[in-house]
This record gives sequence, C-alpha cells and structure tokens, in this order.
Amino acid sequence: MDEQHKVTVDAQRAPVIEPGYTFGSVTEKISAIVLTRPASNGWFLGFGVAFTLTMMMLYAVGYLVLKGIGIWGVTIPIGWGFAIVNFVWWIGIGHAGTLISAILLLLRQSWRNAINRFAEAMTLFAVACAGIFPTIHVGRPWLAYWLFPYPSTMGVWPQFRSPLMWDVFAVSTYGTISLLFWFIGLIPDLATLRDRSENRLAKIIYGMLSMGWRGSARHWHRYETAYLLLAGLATPLVLSVHTVVSFDFAVGIVPGWHTTIFPPYFVAGAIYSGFAMVLMLAIPIRKIYGLEDFITERHLQNSAKVMLATGLIVAYGYGIEAFMGWYSGDRYDAFTMWNRLHGPYAPAYGALLICNIFIPQVLWIRKLRTNPIALFLVSGVILVGM
Amino acid sequence: MSQIFHRSTNTLSRATIFGAVFVVAALLWVAMEVQRSSYVTYAGVRKPQPVPFSHQHHVTGLGIDCRYCHTSVEISSFAGIPPTKTCMNCHSQIWSNAQLLEPVRASYRSGESLQWTRVNQLPDFVYFNHSIHINKGVGCNTCHGPVDQMPLMYQQASLQMEWCLQCHRAPEGNLRPRSQVFNMRYQQPTSANPVVVEGKSYSDQATLGKDLVEKYKVRSVLDITSCNTCHR
Repeated sequence: MDEQHKVTVDAQRAPVIEPGYTFGSVTEKISAIVLTRPASNGWFLGFGVAFTLTMMMLYAVGYLVLKGIGIWGVTIPIGWGFAIVNFVWWIGIGHAGTLISAILLLLRQSWRNAINRFAEAMTLFAVACAGIFPTIHVGRPWLAYWLFPYPSTMGVWPQFRSPLMWDVFAVSTYGTISLLFWFIGLIPDLATLRDRSENRLAKIIYGMLSMGWRGSARHWHRYETAYLLLAGLATPLVLSVHTVVSFDFAVGIVPGWHTTIFPPYFVAGAIYSGFAMVLMLAIPIRKIYGLEDFITERHLQNSAKVMLATGLIVAYGYGIEAFMGWYSGDRYDAFTMWNRLHGPYAPAYGALLICNIFIPQVLWIRKLRTNPIALFLVSGVILVGM
Repeated sequence: MSQIFHRSTNTLSRATIFGAVFVVAALLWVAMEVQRSSYVTYAGVRKPQPVPFSHQHHVTGLGIDCRYCHTSVEISSFAGIPPTKTCMNCHSQIWSNAQLLEPVRASYRSGESLQWTRVNQLPDFVYFNHSIHINKGVGCNTCHGPVDQMPLMYQQASLQMEWCLQCHRAPEGNLRPRSQVFNMRYQQPTSANPVVVEGKSYSDQATLGKDLVEKYKVRSVLDITSCNTCHR
C-alpha cells in the first residue's frame, strides 16, 4: 500500500486516504466493522426492507411462473419486453465493478483499492439479478438449462448463431471471473478476519475461506500473480460482455436497433450506470460506517469524472441514433425515431434524455463533484434514466 | 495461538477440491444416463393390456402379415389398431371359449372397443406419419424392433429426438426395398447374402441405401432434419 507516498507526491489533489493512518490502524478500523460493531436498529431496519423487497420479487416471480410472461404484457413469442430492459440494466451495472477491479488495476490507479471490493460484490449481485431475467423470460424457466450446450436426448445443440446463446456464454463467463476475482482478492482479508475473530466458529469459517493463507512472501507472490492474471482475463470482459448484450438488439433487423453503434454505446452506458451505482452505494456506506477517511473526495471526484466521460459517449450514441434515423433514408428507421419523439412513449424518451444527458452535465462543476449529496442525487437520476 | 485446524486438513482440503471435479462430472454423467434409461423412456417395458396379445404367436407362429390388423399403415399417419371384428374373424371359430379371450368377446357383444394401452407413444408436439416411412423403405422392425419375437408388446427404441435424428441425418443406413418393408426377417445385404433390387445385386448397405435414397426420392437431409418437418 503506497497510498501514503502518493499523498505527499500529489499534494495538489485530494488524497486517496486521509493522513495519519498506518497499516495497523487501517486494518483495525475496517475489521472492526465486521467483527465488533454491533448490529444496530438501523441495520435491522435496512435488512427488513431489503428482505421484504426480496420476498415481493419471489412472489412476483412465482406468479409469473404460474401465469406466464403475459403478465408483463408480452403477447408475442419473440418479444422480451420487460425482461430485456431489466437484464440489460442489471448487467450494465456490474461493469463498473469489473472496470474498477481489472482495468484500473492494470493501469495502476491505486485509488481503486478503497472501493474495488464492494464494487466487485456489487458486480456479483448485479450479475445474479441480471441472470434472473433471461431465465424467467423463456416462459418455462425449469427448462432454462436447455440454453447450455450439453449432450441432450434431443440430439441437437443450441443455436450457436443466436445472440441469446452468446449471452449465455458472456454472462456465465462474466459471473465466474467476477466471482474468482472477488474471492481471490478477499483471501488475505479473510485471513486477517480469521486471525482477529474471537469466536471459534467464526475462526473456522474464516479459516476455511482463507484457504490456509499465512501471509508468507511466497503466498504474496502467488497472490499477486494470480490477481494480475485474472485482471488480464477480466479486462476484455468489460468490453465484451455488454458488446454481446448489445448484439441481442443489433443482430436483429428491428428498425432503430440494427446499427453498428450499439456495442460501444452499450459499453459506455454500462460503465456510466455502473459508476452511478457505485456512488449510490459508496456514499451511504462511507457515511454510515465512518469510512470518509478511506473513501475520500478523491474517489468521489474520480467516479464523477468517469461518469461524465462515459455519459458523453452515451449522449453521442443517442445523437447518432437520431441522426441515423434521418440519414439512413429508411422510412421505418425514421418512423421509429419520430415515434420516440412524438409517439406514446415520448414522455419516457424525454425523461431518458433529461436524466442521462442534461442533468449529469452539472458534474462539470467541481464543487458538485465533491459534494456527496449532489453526487448521490445525480447518480440516482442517471440510474432512473438508464 | 493454537492452530485452528489439524494438520490433516491440508490433505483433506486438497482431496475435496480435486475430488469435487470428479463428483460433479459423475453426477452429470448419472443424470444423463438416467435420462436415457428405460426408467424414463419405457423402452423394453411391457405395459399391462386387457388381453395378453402375443405378436410372436400371431406373426411368427401363424404368419399373419402386419397389414392384416394395422390396415392403414401404408396410407395414413396412423397405422391403425384393429377393431374387435378383426379378432373375431378367427376367434369366433378358434379358441372361441378361451377364458383369456373373454374381454374380446365381451367387446364384440357390447360394441365397446377394447381399451388397449398404447405402447409406442410420441409426444403430441411431434408430427409423425407412418405412410411416408413405409413408402420410403423404412422397415417396420427398423423402429419397432423384433415384434415377431415379442410375446408381449414393448417399445424397442427410446423414441427420444436423438434417436429419430440418427436416422433422419443418415437415412441411407436404414432403407430397404419396399417389397421387404413388412419382412420381419429381412437382413441388410452382405457379400454372402446380397439383396437384389430390380435385377441389380447389392452386397452392402452403403450402396443400396444410396441408390434407394435416389430411387424413392427421399428428400435431402437438410429437409428432413428441419425443425418443422416434425414440429409443425
């Protein structure tokens, strides 16, 4: 951890970590959250709300399984409707986690170290949420395993030319790599928790999860190598997963979707919304757990800058979509665009433009980039817009 | 600080990680075998019938042709289950007092059909037509097995899609001359035992099958393996 050197070198910018910390005090402070902090009423309240919402989702999914996807208003067998919106939204959220863990690691952006772990956890949950939708949209989710190529009694393989099939590979690879990345990164930390916990059961559980980590030089050497290799593997995934997801649209011949701008535009949108989600999570976490010293203004600012940059790429994507509606000379393309602007969904499209393009421009102002409340609100707006 | 785990845990953890791969592989293999077993497919299972009708006795013993009872097999999708009258053609004369045949006579008296249990049952989402198979030179026993040696009827094949496809993907391997379709003792040609079709002698199935595909105008593999050939 050479952050402390950075503080002196880079005195102009907000520090990655507030001064005065040593390895020991950082460890002390973070492990105390897990090991000694009592569960407060606020925690139970939060857990209760989350639990209730989860139960509601399970109820809704159960109803869907009984009734079929018609309850979403999907009345044609080739339309995904509600499911694809949610799938793309969730899978996009996950991208910030991978970008932070892999690309920023390779680029030696050490500020990532304070936020990478929970961003990776967020990625895992986002992938899990995303996975729900393709599974249930098939109508008979108990047969969703047909999507996997295995030697079935049907004697046929899934359609490898279908983007849905590519999705299966993209998302399952993504889930696996994210899980490995998160877990391997956690091993030394789990060992710290093992060594610090008082409770015998906790010692055993953390002991098993830390896989015999002793912190020897050889362990660290292997750990660093494995972590770097995984970062190398995960880096192309940041670009490839949402590219494949965009093929769900772009490979079809639906007017307005059949365009080559989709892959970069989707990837930028994924990172954009992912960072918005990181901030949505980081801002309350640093407040509640008193981590302002570790997740500093620098992190917030950097995340805001990433959002600003990717947000502009997304804006360019919207612009090109509109431009192509006119430039293609295709009356169906043109109508799709016209319909978005003036048709029954015009309010939704207007809200999308306002939330994703216009409001986030306030991030050009330095003061707002460093204001947690403003950032939280802008992130919320972006997530709504997406 | 005392150690949390005993030394043996090292070996145990290595063994479980290594072993998990094999356990998972074995479970998948078992699942696949169960899916293909007669427990799932009912292949080889003799289902209970109102009368223990023996195909072996009627076909091998008495030499009755398939079409005597399954009259519509050459012209219809359904081979046809004979009405009780077909049974009574003979059984009004022979075994007319046999206790075993009482359900047949009861059916004849009342006019109520015998309720046979269907043995070769395809799912409703599969379109299957007997006549096209018969007319393209697929023998009865190619799919139904040695019916002439079945004292009680059972399903020979798994009737799973992979089973249908192994022939649809290479029909030449199973075709025979139309004249031999109902011959339950038909053997594929060998050099010792050639098959003669219109004066031409064939000593192996590969050449015979290829010629029959052409002669009977069997449609291309692309056509007969298309989804909507069977799932219309």
